[in-house]
Amino acid sequence: MEHYNMNLNLKVWRQKNSKTKGEFKMYRVENISSEMSFLEMFDVLNERLIEEGDDPIAFDHDCREGICGMCSMYIDGKPHGPWQGNTTCQLHMRAFKDGDTIVVEPWRANSFPVIKDLVVDRTAFDRIIQAGGYISVNTGNAVDGNALPINKNMADASFAAAMCIGCGACVAACKNSSAMLFLSAKVSHLALLPQGEPERKSRVLDMVAQMDKEGFGSCTNTGACEATCPKEISISYIAKLNNEYLCAGLTTE
Amino acid sequence: MLDAKIPSGSLENKWKEYKGHCKLVNPANKRKLEVIVVGTGLAGASAAATLGELGYKVKAFCFQDSPRRAHSIAAQGGINAAKNYQNDGDSDYRLFYDTIKGGDYRSREANVYRLAEVSANIIDQCVAQGVPFAREYGGLLSNRSFGGVQVQRTFYAAGQTGQQLLIGAYQALERQISLGTVTMYNRHEMLEVVTENGKAIGIITRDLITGKLDRHFGNAVLLCTGGYGNVFYLSTNAMGSNVTAAWKAHKAGAFFANPCYTQIHPTCIPVSGDHQSKLTLMSESLRNDGRIWVPKKKGDTRKPNEIPHEERDYYLERRYPAFGNLVPRDVASRAAKERCDAGYGVGSSKQAVYLDYASAIERYGKIEITKHGRNPEEASKEEITVLGKGVVKEKYGNLFDMYEKITGENPYETPMRIYPAVHYTMGGLWVDYELMTTVKGLYCLGEANFSDHGANRLGASALMQGLADGYFVIPYTVGNYLADEIYNKPIPTSHEAFEAAEKKVNDRINTLMNIKGKTSVEKFHKRLGKIMWDKCGMARNEKGLQEAIVEIQQLRKEFWQDVRIPGEINEFNPELDKAGRVADFLELGELMCIDALNRNESCGGHFREESQTEEGEALRHDAEFMHVATWEFKGESNWTMYKEALNYEVVKPTQRSYK
Ligand SMILES: Cc1cc2nc3c(=O)[nH]c(=O)nc-3n(C[C@H](O)[C@H](O)[C@H](O)COP(=O)(O)OP(=O)(O)OC[C@H]3O[C@@H](n4cnc5c(N)ncnc54)[C@H](O)[C@@H]3O)c2cc1C
Ligand code: SF4
Ligand code: FES
Repeated sequence: MEHYNMNLNLKVWRQKNSKTKGEFKMYRVENISSEMSFLEMFDVLNERLIEEGDDPIAFDHDCREGICGMCSMYIDGKPHGPWQGNTTCQLHMRAFKDGDTIVVEPWRANSFPVIKDLVVDRTAFDRIIQAGGYISVNTGNAVDGNALPINKNMADASFAAAMCIGCGACVAACKNSSAMLFLSAKVSHLALLPQGEPERKSRVLDMVAQMDKEGFGSCTNTGACEATCPKEISISYIAKLNNEYLCAGLTTE
Repeated sequence: MLDAKIPSGSLENKWKEYKGHCKLVNPANKRKLEVIVVGTGLAGASAAATLGELGYKVKAFCFQDSPRRAHSIAAQGGINAAKNYQNDGDSDYRLFYDTIKGGDYRSREANVYRLAEVSANIIDQCVAQGVPFAREYGGLLSNRSFGGVQVQRTFYAAGQTGQQLLIGAYQALERQISLGTVTMYNRHEMLEVVTENGKAIGIITRDLITGKLDRHFGNAVLLCTGGYGNVFYLSTNAMGSNVTAAWKAHKAGAFFANPCYTQIHPTCIPVSGDHQSKLTLMSESLRNDGRIWVPKKKGDTRKPNEIPHEERDYYLERRYPAFGNLVPRDVASRAAKERCDAGYGVGSSKQAVYLDYASAIERYGKIEITKHGRNPEEASKEEITVLGKGVVKEKYGNLFDMYEKITGENPYETPMRIYPAVHYTMGGLWVDYELMTTVKGLYCLGEANFSDHGANRLGASALMQGLADGYFVIPYTVGNYLADEIYNKPIPTSHEAFEAAEKKVNDRINTLMNIKGKTSVEKFHKRLGKIMWDKCGMARNEKGLQEAIVEIQQLRKEFWQDVRIPGEINEFNPELDKAGRVADFLELGELMCIDALNRNESCGGHFREESQTEEGEALRHDAEFMHVATWEFKGESNWTMYKEALNYEVVKPTQRSYK
């Protein structure tokens, strides 16, 4: 891999807190190595801002390995930036070239209010899980792990849905701010396993109701969520969700 | 004076006996008892959910925006359990024995046996919660091998086992939140333990969005706050992982055990430059199939694929024929360092070795051909490679992708470059058999405590320990304590102990903000990390440790005179959060060096250059050091050490050998 250095212009959303109005500010960063991660480039900028007596740019991050779902930057019009199937923290500077101007914003959705700069409040996702995104089994109630064989293809499909990291990029990418991809991933993860069967109907109804209550928009099948999801969660799960929802609605009462 | 409260009786019966005789709390009383759980990683989320299910009033805290983001989420390779599903000779005893030996005979037999005993229940519980573990075509659970072990007992979900286990525990926790038994405080950091008459009665927290301090009463306080590997600045831990909660507890009277025991993981992506903010692990599971080598010729600059087999030194297979590439982590790390120090390292920094998948791809490709009833001899090399890559992708795809994103190199085509990095801390708050610290009513679970792993942890055992502590141990042991708490009225948070604790937190924050120096928190952290890595890292010696202690004291002084924290107290201010954590690391680092200096032997991850065999293996001194070194805080740079003797009643300690 060729290494190179670059100078860049950053146009970054600054907002003091949820009550104030935000605005874009321009920053120039120099001598950025193509080997750096995108967040390391922000580290460099923040170090400089601190030294100059400015307020550093707040952003969420923790694992920096693409798995915790904490990082959340809207980069050049795309959540998590230009790379396919990737999180902000795993984006590396070799995606850019000398002289580029990069626009960085927070997730924008009414259900994800801005806390500061690029940091948003995603607790709505936790509340959707609280509504039914689990299997009701108390500790100590379990039978032997191999008592119930599960078809490998089903187990794999369940795992593929369970890979969702709860980052919210799907919501940020959607013009309706719909949370359907996130929700469908959880519903599918559990519905595809025999352990999830007993609560299958109530789960989907309760979780959808909570999603609506949180103010997420409806799904019009634009596919922007799938295209941006760092874990490449398939939009086919939304179809599955709709199916589950319909069946549940028809058979409860 | 240190009483581990190990139940009497035979090793296999201790836990059964304990459970049969510990005190219980009746359901009506449970509703009146409040339990604080700080940290909602695997240990904390499992504990909070289970205690909520039992009916206690639980308050849980984490500093991330959701419990689902705790550092446990990043665990890759797997979780051990003595299920013996593979029929390859596994048993509770063997898991116990492997863990004791892997820990280089520096852990407590009774705790480790209990861990092995409950390990099978963990898998059952997780499967019931809907954790999608990897399965075989017959629909049953699949296993892989991990280092230091000759059976296949590791359960996994691709390279995302921690994620799937944590999601399981998180969902159980969210269910309790919806049922109202647990109240969750996200983006809250615990900054003080409140004690009265040597007993924990609550905590002080700071709301990380508003900066507001809060007081919380608890009949018991559980710290499940993870490890302190970030004292080295660069480690595989998440950026936020820190020692603050454990350190506050330490200063409030909880003894700190074996602080110097650090695990350096052999397979991580090497440092690429000064900008580096963290290091990325390449799971130990990769050593199942990958082969580690360096060129036989010093300073060989050829591309790896141009170096023929006979000119490669598969040094682990050469030195340790019995375990080969699956020797324990401490052994593998030192062997990599030895090769690089001797001038055989690869890559531009020469601080790396190769982890090669070419033979695994070929082997798996041939198996696939055979599966379809064909003779591999007749298949083309390309076809074998394509099929083999498919198999490797299914097993390790996410890890290979991660490697490519970070390095820009394709590991299916060219060997990965890896080097050891700080990964896990075996040391932590001292706890007795009931997981209680030396402060009454204050418990410590998961990586934050010192129990179970001795001087070196075996792969896939941290997830097991965290969940064992939270799901299956603490529900009994905390009940045994709370049974007596029903006679005590809740203490109002207006009590002077709360008042004083909050004032202490407030004063410290104000002091930090008022320094208004010139140097950022990050710069101090980096400097501390360099001292720790150079002098208290993979190899340690008396001179280096003595120097490190002085340098850390000096650095700490500088920090308190010159740190610059922007922004305000009462707002979202990550720099202020970080400053508090780094200030604590600056104290912990000193204690780690003192402990390392004091332990004049090599054991597990603690390698004193003065104490090695002729072949360069760790040399223990059991007569002098068969104990847990436990430190009581007395004041700045002032600790008293107590020893908890380790009595081996079942296992006979020997020189560890993986040859
Ligand atoms: C990259 C990587 C891969 C790993 N892979 C494996 C593996 O395959 N198998 C295995 O067995 N082990 C593995 N480990 C080790 C294992 O992941 C950890 O030891 C384990 O997950 C720790 O769990 P925990 O619950 O003790 O702590 P953590 O998961 O670290 O959780 C700590 C919690 O405490 C909270 N917290 C901390 N301080 C405070 C405070 N002051 N106030 C409030 N909240 C606080 C945090 O918010 C968090 O919720 C791996 C580790 C790493 C780094
Ligand atoms: S579905 Fe994808 S984009 Fe949406 S929260 Fe999950 S991982 Fe993020
Ligand atoms: S910081 Fe964890 S996913 Fe990006």
